[in-house]
Amino acid sequence: MSPRAACRLDALGFEKVHDYTTGIADWKAAGLPLEGSTTDVQQVADATRPDVPTSRPDELLGTVWQRTEAAGWDEAIVVDCNGIVIGRLRGRTWTHDTDVRVVDVMEPGPTTVRPNGALAPLVDRMEERGTKLVTVTDPQGVLIGVLVLQEAQRLVTGEPPEQIWVDCEGCPGQWKLQPSKPTAQS
Amino acid sequence: MVTDIDRQTLLELIDAGAQIVDVLPDREFNNGHIPGAVNIPLKTLTTETVSILRRDKPVVVY
Repeated sequence: MSPRAACRLDALGFEKVHDYTTGIADWKAAGLPLEGSTTDVQQVADATRPDVPTSRPDELLGTVWQRTEAAGWDEAIVVDCNGIVIGRLRGRTWTHDTDVRVVDVMEPGPTTVRPNGALAPLVDRMEERGTKLVTVTDPQGVLIGVLVLQEAQRLVTGEPPEQIWVDCEGCPGQWKLQPSKPTAQS
Repeated sequence: MVTDIDRQTLLELIDAGAQIVDVLPDREFNNGHIPGAVNIPLKTLTTETVSILRRDKPVVVY
């Protein structure tokens, strides 16, 4: 639909016409804010935290652990130079020698979800499978953040969140921290 | 001239003040659209309806 609209605007004399070919589906899947939405269904984006530590695959494990622990987390997401998720560091991964490269010990290909998915069914699945954290990416696999089960449960049950990241008004694609006390990652 | 763009370029154009046009039917537009977008459904895209847009400023359609 949009290519035809773009051509028509071009024919009508508009000088610079751009076609966002992937459209609103791509925008929603990236977790970007919507205007005029009538839906009140909680989405994964509502509980996604973008402050999870990240690592490049060629970094040393010890260096990444220091950074991760200092930030109050016990998990880090491994991304390539384009920000695409390629692995995960957690649990027993950290018991390897500190001078090994991340790429040699990371858990490759972690499960990811999109930010525009419904939150409650995902929380149910995570509870059933004992999953405490899941990685959130855009459709191209670029890291957006992580969803922590404990925080998502609070949101679903209507409890006040301890720390929830929300869309920043007037700046699509950015986030801000609600005025509540940051907590350490469990 | 028409240029295909991705999301990152769209965000840059929004920051630069581009005009965003949602050409989907109004029902879909009302279910949620890109902030600041105006709705001109494809079937109603005429000289008259696009008169709300400036021809010398970038326009993004989706």
